Amino acid sequence: MSKGAATRKYTVFPFGPQHPVLPEPIQLRFTVDEEKIVDVGVNVGYIHRGVERACELNDYQRNVYLCERVCGICNVMHALCYCMALEKLVDVEVPERAQYLRVIWAELNRLESHLLWLGLLADAMGFESLFMQFWRDREIVMDLQERTGGNRVIPSTCVVGGVRRDILKSLAERFREDMVELRRRVDKLAPVILKDPAFKRRTVGKGVLSYNDALMLGAVGPTGRGSGLVKDIRLEGYQAYKHLKFEPVVEKDGDVYARTLVRFYEVYQAIDLILEALESMPEGEIRVKPEKWPEGEAVARVEQPRGELFYYVKGNGTNRLERVKIRTPTLANIPPLLAMLPGYEVADIPVIVLSIDPCIACTERITQVKKGGGS
Amino acid sequence: MVRMLPNIIRNLFSKPVTVKHPFVKREPFPGHRGMITFDMKKCDLCQDCERLCPPVAIKVDPEAKTITYDPFKCIYCYLCVTNCLQRAIRGGPAYTPPAYQKEIVYYKPEE
Ligand code: SF4
Ligand code: SF4
Repeated sequence: MSKGAATRKYTVFPFGPQHPVLPEPIQLRFTVDEEKIVDVGVNVGYIHRGVERACELNDYQRNVYLCERVCGICNVMHALCYCMALEKLVDVEVPERAQYLRVIWAELNRLESHLLWLGLLADAMGFESLFMQFWRDREIVMDLQERTGGNRVIPSTCVVGGVRRDILKSLAERFREDMVELRRRVDKLAPVILKDPAFKRRTVGKGVLSYNDALMLGAVGPTGRGSGLVKDIRLEGYQAYKHLKFEPVVEKDGDVYARTLVRFYEVYQAIDLILEALESMPEGEIRVKPEKWPEGEAVARVEQPRGELFYYVKGNGTNRLERVKIRTPTLANIPPLLAMLPGYEVADIPVIVLSIDPCIACTERITQVKKGGGS
Repeated sequence: MVRMLPNIIRNLFSKPVTVKHPFVKREPFPGHRGMITFDMKKCDLCQDCERLCPPVAIKVDPEAKTITYDPFKCIYCYLCVTNCLQRAIRGGPAYTPPAYQKEIVYYKPEE
């Protein structure tokens, strides 16, 4: 290629909103030079659901069930974050046992999400058998959710003021056995993630996000921690996390492999946290009734499997809220994604896009409408 | 290949992980929140359940003495079950069967 940059012809092609490797509608517009990505633009807003507006119409206790459905995978986190924000407004202190139970369900969500993601990554690079094995082991977590929460996917256990269900002694025993079994099974899959050369060829050195870029663009969750950013909201010690011992998992390299490792080690971390929480859970009340309507403003932050989840609520002294604002981690991770794509091959797109664990449906809070139609 | 051999032999003789669905039913666990039924003998048409239900799956008509329940709108949160003062709503670990029409209408029997 001896042509100068000025005369070079670039191709622009859209990737999404409907694409076999994308489970959710986001549109990335790639400018490519032959197989190499030169530039990338983004377009979101295809499945705006109006959740924030709907939250203003319901009574605040019933919003929990709506917020849970913002994201099917990290539903407990959404309910937890909403409840934490509202508990500040209605001045209730959540009982100690309820805090532990919330942490247990939240970590169960993290396990579910990370195992699902590890499977999806394997699927994106065409490693079907690994995908099946991760999803088979994920069934243990799903069954535990059904056993303890009452529903396979959305257990609906958090309410403002505590939790609705307790984990009894007999069930806790079963819980412990299942966690040990899960760890044994993940151990078996560990050599594939840690040693397999084919897996490494697809991930090592791809989609590098440097520490400075991660910091500047505000990467959150495993995307940031994969680039060496020590940023984990759990360190703030909300709910029972202040009593539990854990270290955030941080990797330095900033490539897809580093992000995979962060999530993979967080699977172990979540198992440890659940076992520790089950061990040290105190006896007592699990729910207190709030005595007044929400008034004033509050924010709450929770570490979701994908990063930092943020809720802002504003009450006006009635049973309806005046404003609810939700920011999900994928919104924060889209700018880092755009920074990590240029310079790589078209064939790397699925793996790199998936490496931020995009959850577009949760992200959509705005729709841009251009004059004269189109978005 | 040598490392794969034990795995291959084990897979030949082990049972599949999946359940043969139409022939084998997967039973829900004891604490599962499943199908809801109304006991109209106990119900006093107070409309508490209608006010509580987040997706508005229940409609109570005190005039006609009916409850219209839509199992396909219901999210199985069990707010109605735990809050009905007459204990007229029963739920348990059972899957909701497929149906021809969406809404189920319950009539209150005459005294
Ligand atoms: S089912 Fe229960 S809550 Fe609903 S109207 Fe009847 S008595 Fe009231
Ligand atoms: S279980 Fe929940 S969604 Fe279903 S009818 Fe009862 S209150 Fe409504």
